[in-house]
Amino acid sequence: MAELTDIVERIVGWAGDDEQVEAYASWGRDTDIEVYERDIESLSSAETQGVGIRVVKDGRQGFAYAASFDTDVLEETFAEARDNATFTEPDEWNGLTEPDGVAEATIEVWDGRLADVATADKVDLALRLERLVAEGDARIRAIESAAYGDAIVERALATTTGIRSALRRTVCSIAAYALAGEPDDTQTGFGFSVGRHVDDLDLDRAAADTVDRATRMLGATKPESLRTTVVLDPFVTSQFLSIIGSTLNGESVLKGRSLFADRLGESVAAVGVTLVDDPTDVRTYGASPTDGEGLASRRNALIDAGVLQQYVYDTYSGRRSGAGSNACAVRGGFKGSPGPGCRALVLEPGPMSPDELLASVSDGVLIQSVKGMHSGVNPISGDFSTGADGLRITDGALGEPLREFTIGSTIQKMLQGVIAVGNDLEFLPFSAAGQSLAISDVTISGT
Amino acid sequence: MVGLEERFRGEVESMIEPAGAADVLATALRRGGDFAELFVEDKRTTGASLDDGKIDQVASGRDRGAGVRVVVGDTAGYAHTADLTPPGLRAAAEAASAAARDGGGGTRTIDLTPTTHPSPSTTTKIPEDIPKARKIELLRAADAAARGAGDAVKQVMAGYSDGRRRILVANSDGVYTSDDQIRTAFRVQAVATGDTGMQTGYRSVGHTIGFELFDDHDVADVARQAAESAIGKLDARPAPSGTMPVVIAKGTGGVMFHEACGHGLEADAIAKGASVFAGRVGQQVAGKAITLVDDGTMAGEWGAFAIDDEGHPAGRNTLIEDGVLTDYMWDYLRARKEDRPYSGNGRRQSYQHLPMVRMTNTYVLAGTEDPDEIVAQTPSGVYIRQLGGGQVDTATGDFVFGMTEAYLIEDGRITDPIREGNLIGNGPRCLANIDALGNDFGMGMPGMCGKNGQGVPVGDGNPTLRVSELTVGGTAA
Repeated sequence: MAELTDIVERIVGWAGDDEQVEAYASWGRDTDIEVYERDIESLSSAETQGVGIRVVKDGRQGFAYAASFDTDVLEETFAEARDNATFTEPDEWNGLTEPDGVAEATIEVWDGRLADVATADKVDLALRLERLVAEGDARIRAIESAAYGDAIVERALATTTGIRSALRRTVCSIAAYALAGEPDDTQTGFGFSVGRHVDDLDLDRAAADTVDRATRMLGATKPESLRTTVVLDPFVTSQFLSIIGSTLNGESVLKGRSLFADRLGESVAAVGVTLVDDPTDVRTYGASPTDGEGLASRRNALIDAGVLQQYVYDTYSGRRSGAGSNACAVRGGFKGSPGPGCRALVLEPGPMSPDELLASVSDGVLIQSVKGMHSGVNPISGDFSTGADGLRITDGALGEPLREFTIGSTIQKMLQGVIAVGNDLEFLPFSAAGQSLAISDVTISGT
Repeated sequence: MVGLEERFRGEVESMIEPAGAADVLATALRRGGDFAELFVEDKRTTGASLDDGKIDQVASGRDRGAGVRVVVGDTAGYAHTADLTPPGLRAAAEAASAAARDGGGGTRTIDLTPTTHPSPSTTTKIPEDIPKARKIELLRAADAAARGAGDAVKQVMAGYSDGRRRILVANSDGVYTSDDQIRTAFRVQAVATGDTGMQTGYRSVGHTIGFELFDDHDVADVARQAAESAIGKLDARPAPSGTMPVVIAKGTGGVMFHEACGHGLEADAIAKGASVFAGRVGQQVAGKAITLVDDGTMAGEWGAFAIDDEGHPAGRNTLIEDGVLTDYMWDYLRARKEDRPYSGNGRRQSYQHLPMVRMTNTYVLAGTEDPDEIVAQTPSGVYIRQLGGGQVDTATGDFVFGMTEAYLIEDGRITDPIREGNLIGNGPRCLANIDALGNDFGMGMPGMCGKNGQGVPVGDGNPTLRVSELTVGGTAA
């Protein structure tokens, strides 16, 4: 970490007169292990490092990155960023962020013991998971993959405007993907568990989820087309909330690409919907003391009891909107410059357990998994259509498995159609947590 | 032109000479192992974007590093490093060797034979030699053309990108070879606003060539098409819901084959029984008119290259011939296990990744029917002019793909535009249900295929075709 801090200080020191410079450096060590049929299929361990440099001069911004800390490469990268700035157009809202006085929360997302876990023990976790899935049910035909992965990440950020930020983070996970049934009636299921240290990993839960998801789908048929209530599994809810988050991107609002532009203070969702983005919540996997531009993370209520409260802003969009940054800059590693985005979305849980929620719904379809969120959902127009599989809900109980259908609606209608939020909040390694979520009046397209 | 090619190959080979590569491979096998491989990559990228009427981003990137793989039995150990000095490479070799299990040990002498494979793409206009200002002019031209397409166009995003990826592969089978891959792409998204809300239109062009891309493609045309697509969709009706005939325009339906059967024909899925196409070689899996090819040698196409990321030359592989499944796609590990030739499908996102079986340019050959007749003989259904991405579960065969520009077919005529959505089907049934194949053909927009977290550039192509039954995931009854 000291080395990263030195590197970003050095780069910032190269700034010329009237030139703003931001340097972001990261280092990571990853281990990825896959086992197959009780043997290691692949074991990969590696270190990754790199730097991303932003230069702003006369309102023009340039960016360059390199996956190296060699001095000659850093100098070349800095020169590239500076050169790139001369080709962009001046924008009065460009400029690096400045400290805004908000204190950093103390958030520990690092468990140093992870570095001491022997590779053999990591392999053993994957092998144990594979065995648990195999023994979980006689109908499990094969385990396509059982995997362990971890990452230890450090990063540092410095700017000529006085920002200094450093973070270290650990994360590890196990995951399995299994096939159930005969070759002519195969169903698949997955399960996983995530933590900061291997002791956090719940192998039994990951195995049970894998087995359940695969076996309960056996014999699935294609449903008739109908309009009904759907109950999203927490994993699916998380994906849905990520899309909602993208529609609240402050830059998209400013540039006429958000379907929720000009809706502040209005009801955009059912009263039961309260959505916050809170990277200071250490339980979320997007938790961190600062955002991608080094401002202290903060809890931002985006939708409160159905009413739109605010958008998410980085420095550029916050300045341009007049609202100021609310510390929602995200960056996809050292290879990209930051932009606004959500890191830790949490939908406020309701009072009902999943069973109570199913009972309240009475008739509908439980959505176990979706595919094509990237191809059939348009966050600008609001059109929503994804492939899905799941189970029919009849008289409040789970019934026959269903496959090869789509669920269709619009983002706007789905938010207004939320009729129940479960209490089964799960923190997932994505930008949103999830829980069971019931949405009325959704079109199922099948036969 | 020849001079250029030699210049680049010389550069990448000078990164690691044969003697140095042999030393790394020997280190990797010192503790035993069946196979060792060194993959070196040096990649430079440039991107520029225009948004909201302004050039808002110009970015450059540099990635350089090497990965070492050691295979012992069915186990692969992998380590990578950004340090290309001899000690850095030896450390990676040691780490990869430790990752694979101990397998006896001993000293292996590795004899590397430098080999050159012809590149399917010839580039004379190296993007690095083109002034950035010239690239930016393209963005401005696209913005003006999109906005000029109609007052409803309220927002335009345009992006230019080029990348030059030089790779070198050496392995303990004696392979020592390199490639210089230059790709250039341009994309435009237009947002149109009307009484019904906002709609988007998207078009992109991309080839494995340099700045020649713009000799063949006028960015203003690309931008106008994106804008017209967005404007047209302002009048779109809700898409229908349910099962119906679907006609897919040439040059846009390749992604359907990519999902419906492409992934299911990758040998890793086959080996694990995780594909509905396992054990079906020699069987009729589609109508007699269907011939499906995966072709990494297709000149200039987005998924083309001289060698795959395991050092084997790109191939033109027929997967389905006259409806009969003829072969799968293979990488080193799967081909070795089955004792069969490599097909040139071992690819990886970067030196930080293990190679896997991947597609290159996947397309269906043209049929014999008049495309207009195919529509005329469809009483009602959906006509898709532009597809989005897709996704498949190879084990069940269920797949989806998005339609980003589509129309109703009523009484054999293309009528109203419909809103976006996904279609869902099952691979083997979908193939069997293709009941019309046009005598036209086109390659689609450049794609990025994701598998197990790795993205690689792929192309696809198809003639106009009809599937008698697919489920359209709209909302209209």
